[in-house]
Amino acid sequence: LTLLAAAGSDVTLVFVEIGAVVLGLAVLARVAGHLGITAIPLYILAGLAVGEGGIAPLDVSADFIALTAEIGVLLLLLTLGLEYTADELRQGLRGPGTRGADAVVNFGPGFAAGLLLGWDVTAALLLGGVCWVSSSGVVAKVLQDLDRLGNRETPAVLNLLVLEDLAMAVYLPVVAALVARQDASETVATVALALAAVVVILTFALRWGHHLSAVLASGSDEALLLALFGLTLLVGGLAQGVDVSAAIGAFLVGLALSGPVQERAGALVGPLRDLFAATFFLFFSFQIDPGSLVDVMVPAAALAVVTSAGKLVSGHVAARRAGVGARGGLRAGAALIARGEFSIVIASLSAGTAHGGDLGALAAAYVLLTAVAGPAVAKYADRLPGPGRPSPAPVTRPTV
Amino acid sequence: MADVTEVRVPGVGVRHEYTTAEGERIGVLSHRNGRREIVVYDRHDPDRSRAILHLTADTRTLAELLGAAHLSEALSSVQRVEGLAIDWVRVSPTSAAAGSTIGEGRFRALTGASIVALLRGDTTVASPGADKRLEAGDVAVAVGTSEGLARLRELLGP
Repeated sequence: LTLLAAAGSDVTLVFVEIGAVVLGLAVLARVAGHLGITAIPLYILAGLAVGEGGIAPLDVSADFIALTAEIGVLLLLLTLGLEYTADELRQGLRGPGTRGADAVVNFGPGFAAGLLLGWDVTAALLLGGVCWVSSSGVVAKVLQDLDRLGNRETPAVLNLLVLEDLAMAVYLPVVAALVARQDASETVATVALALAAVVVILTFALRWGHHLSAVLASGSDEALLLALFGLTLLVGGLAQGVDVSAAIGAFLVGLALSGPVQERAGALVGPLRDLFAATFFLFFSFQIDPGSLVDVMVPAAALAVVTSAGKLVSGHVAARRAGVGARGGLRAGAALIARGEFSIVIASLSAGTAHGGDLGALAAAYVLLTAVAGPAVAKYADRLPGPGRPSPAPVTRPTV
Repeated sequence: MADVTEVRVPGVGVRHEYTTAEGERIGVLSHRNGRREIVVYDRHDPDRSRAILHLTADTRTLAELLGAAHLSEALSSVQRVEGLAIDWVRVSPTSAAAGSTIGEGRFRALTGASIVALLRGDTTVASPGADKRLEAGDVAVAVGTSEGLARLRELLGP
C-alpha cells in the first residue's frame, strides 16, 4: 500500500511539473508570436531556467522530458523531409553547386573556432556544422512573414536550404559515427556503413517512395498519423542501431512520402511536432549550466558576426546564379542568417563527450543570437545601405 | 499570349510570371496546399514583389472574372484547327468513369481526346489535372478528332 501511495505521489509530481513546464512553453510561444520572432530562443532560455543551476530546477520528470526531446528531434526532421518533393530534391542534387561556397564560408569559421578553442577535431567538426546550416523553419517563417515568397531571390534561398538539408543527410551520420567510436579503423568502418545506409534509404525514398505513399494514402487520418509516427520511430531506431543518427532516418522517411499524402501528413504531424520539438529545445538547454553560457557569449557573438557575413556571401552567390541583382542577393543572404533546429540537433550529438558541455553552451548562445538577429536583419535588408537601393524608401534604423 | 516563365519554389510550390503588355512584371505563386499569391514586381528592383494579393478559397471567382473570356477565346481558336473538334460530354451515372479520376480513366490514351474543362453545376474547372475526379452529371469539355470524341462519349456515356 505504501508503495502504491509513493508511486501515486510521484505521478502527481510528474504531472504537475510537466503541466507547468508545457504551460510555460505555451506562454513563451504566445510572446514569440507577439514579437514576431521564432520561439526557439525563448524555449532555450526556459530550459536554462528549469535546468541544473537554474531558478526552478525540475527533478522527477527529467527522464520523461529526455525521451520526449528525442522524439521531438525525429518529428522535426520528419516534417522537414515532408517539405520537399522528390523532384525538388533531384533538381537540388543536379543543380549548380552553390553548396561549396556555402560550406566554406560558414562551416569553415566554426571549425576554425573549435580548433582555436583547443577542442579535438570531432568537436570542431560539430561546431562547424552548428554554424553551417540555416534554420529551414525560421527562414521559411521569415520569408512568409515578410511576404517575400513571391520574390525572385526566394527560390535561390530555398534551394540553398534544400542543399544544406541534403548535405546534413551525409554530415550527420558521419559526425555521429565519429562521436560514437574512438578507434580509427573502427571509425572508418562505421562511417562507411553509415554512408551506405543513407544511400540505400535515400535511393529507396526517391525510387519507391511513391509506393509507400500510395499504401499510406488509403487509410484514415488516424491510421496515417499512427503509421507515420511508428514508421519514423522504427526507421530512426534502426538507423541509430547502425550508428546513422536516428534524426536522418526520420528525415528520409519524410522524403519518401510524396503526392497528396505528403500534404496530409504534414498537416497531421505538425501539431505533434510542435509539442515534442518544444520539449527538445527546452531539454537541450536544460543540460547547460547558465553560468557557462555567459562565459561563451564573446566567442558566440564573434562567430555569429563572422558567419552572418558568411551567409550574406552564400546568399549573394546563390542569388546571382539565379540571375538576381545585388539588392536581391542581400535580401537572400540576410534571410539565411538564422540558425536553429539543425544547429541544436548537431550540438546535442556531443552530449557526454569531452567538450560536450562547452559546445552545448556555445551552440545555445550562438543560436540565441542568430535566431533573434537573423529575422531582424532580414526585415531591414531593404533599408540597409548597399548596392542598388530600389526606391527612395525612408531610412530608419532598426529599433531593437 | 505572353511568354510565361515557370520557376519551382522548393517546399512551397511553383511560380509563373510574365510581363504584361504595359511592361509590368507579374507572377502567380501557387502553393502546394492550393493557396495562391498574385505578385506585382517592383519596376526599380525587379526581384522584389511590390504588391501581393493572397487568395485561398476565392481564386475561382477571380479566375472566372479574368479567365472566362480567355477560355472561350482559346476554345474558338481550337475550333479553327483542321480536323480538331470540341464537344461537351455529360458523365452518365452508369458509366464506369463516374467516380474515377481523369488520370485513372486514361481517356487521352484510349481516345486521343483531351478533357480541357469540367462543368459541374455552376462552376467550371479549366484544364483539370489528372487527379480531378469525375462525378455523375459533370459535363466534360473535350478536344480531339471526331472519332476520338465519339469513343470518349462511349466511355463517359451510358
